[in-house]
Amino acid sequence: MSDEALIVLENVNKWFGPLHVLDDVNMSVARGEVVVVIGPSGSGKSTLCRAINRLEPISSGTITFDGKPLPEEGKSLARLRSEVGMVFQSFNLFAHKTILQNVMLGPVKVRKEKPVEVRERAMALLDRVGIGNQAEKFPAQLSGGQQQRVAIARALAMQPKAMLFDEPTSALDPEMVGEVLDVMTSLAREGMTMVVVTHEMGFARHAANRVVFMADGQLVEEAPPTEFFANPKSDRAKDFLSKILTH
Amino acid sequence: MDVFSDADNLDVYVTGFLWILKLTLVGTLGAVVIGTLLAAFRVSPIPVLRGFGAAWVNIFRNTPLTLIVFFCYFGLYSTLGVVFSDDLELNNFWLGVVGLAVYTAAFVCEAIRSGINTVPPGQAEAARAIGMTFRQTLTMIVLPQAGRAVIAPLGSILIALCKNATIIGTIGLMESSNAMKELINSNGQAVFQIFFVFAGTFAVVLIPTGYGFGWLANKMAVKR
Repeated sequence: MSDEALIVLENVNKWFGPLHVLDDVNMSVARGEVVVVIGPSGSGKSTLCRAINRLEPISSGTITFDGKPLPEEGKSLARLRSEVGMVFQSFNLFAHKTILQNVMLGPVKVRKEKPVEVRERAMALLDRVGIGNQAEKFPAQLSGGQQQRVAIARALAMQPKAMLFDEPTSALDPEMVGEVLDVMTSLAREGMTMVVVTHEMGFARHAANRVVFMADGQLVEEAPPTEFFANPKSDRAKDFLSKILTH
Repeated sequence: MDVFSDADNLDVYVTGFLWILKLTLVGTLGAVVIGTLLAAFRVSPIPVLRGFGAAWVNIFRNTPLTLIVFFCYFGLYSTLGVVFSDDLELNNFWLGVVGLAVYTAAFVCEAIRSGINTVPPGQAEAARAIGMTFRQTLTMIVLPQAGRAVIAPLGSILIALCKNATIIGTIGLMESSNAMKELINSNGQAVFQIFFVFAGTFAVVLIPTGYGFGWLANKMAVKR
C-alpha cells in the first residue's frame, strides 16, 4: 500500500490561532485513485486540500508526495507545486492574460519549455475542455463554467502527477456545474490521481474510488462511495447525509 | 516691447523648459525603477528588505524636496565629492535627478503598493500553485496587474515631479523658474506676460498629460 501511495498525510495538525482545523489527520491517496472529500463547511476539508501543495503550511505532522516529504520553502517547493495541479473555487485565472496565455504560462516560464510546443499542447487541452475557440479572449469575457474549465486546462498543461480540486463547482451557477464535472469525470476515468473537495454527491457516487468524510477537523470516516452513501457508520456522517440527501 | 520676440530671451525660455523636460524624463525613469523595486521590497517575505523599503518611504516622503536637493548639492557634491560630470551645469542636472528620483520613488512605491492590494490574493495563489517562485509571481502576475491599477495616480505623481523639477533651480540649473526670474529681472515692465507664458507652458503640456493618463488607465484596466 505505502509503495503505491502518491500522497501520504501522517498525524497532520493545523491550528488557525486557537482553532484546530486539522486534527491529527492520517490519509493516503494511491496513484490513479480518486478521493472525494466531503463534510460540513468549516470541517477543514479545504485546508486539507490546500495543505497537500503547501499553500497552507501545517503546524505538525508530515505530508509526503511521491515518496518525498514536502519541501519547506523556495525552489524545491515551487518544483513540487508544479507537479501538483490545483483548481480553485474562484477559478483564479490570470486576469491580465488571455486564455491561451493562462494555459501556456506555467510550462513556458516554470518548466522553460519551448513556446511553440507548449502552444500546441495548450490548444489541444483547450479543445479538450471545449474552449479552443475562445483562446484569444480574456478570462472576464468567459462564463464561470468556461473559466473553470480553462483553470483545469491550465493545471493539466503542467502534466501534473496529481490534481487537487478545492470546491471547483461551488462558485458556479447551477447550469454550469455539469460541464465542469464532465471534464473532471473524464479525467478520473483516464486514471488521474485526484483529491476533490466538493458538495457534488453525484460526482462522489459515480467518479470516486473512495469518499472521505470530515467533520471538525477530523477525518471521521472513509469508504467506497456505494458503501458510504448506503451505509454510513458514524453518527456525524449519517447526520450530514440526512441533511443533504433528503432534498 | 514683446519680451519673447527677442532671440536671446526666447533662448532662455526654451533652454529653461528643455531642462525641465530632461529632468522630468530622467527623473521619472529613476523614480519608477526605484519605486517599483521598493514596492517589491515592501511586500517581500524578507524582513530586512521590508524594513529598508519602509525606511526609505518614511524618510524621503516626509522630507521637503528642497532639503533633499540641497543635500544632493552640499552633501553629495560639495562634501562627499560625488561628481557626475565635469560640466558644472550638467553635474547640477544629475544631482537634481538624484534628488527628484529618490524623493518621488517614495510616492511611486506607495502607489504601487496600494495597487498590489487591488490584486486578489487568488492570483498569487494560482501562480504559486503552478510552481512560480516568489519573484516570478511578483513580476509576471502581481506587478503587471498592480501597475495597471495605478496608472492614474502614477500620472499625478509624474505631473508633480514635472513641477517639482523647478526646485532644481535652487542649485543653479537654468531651468524654467530660474529662466523666468532672469527674464523678469531684465524686463520688469512685463512681469505678467512673462509669468503667464511660463505658467501657461506648464498648463498646456500638463493638462493633456493628465487626460492622457486617465485615458490610458481606462484602456489598460484589468477586467475582472
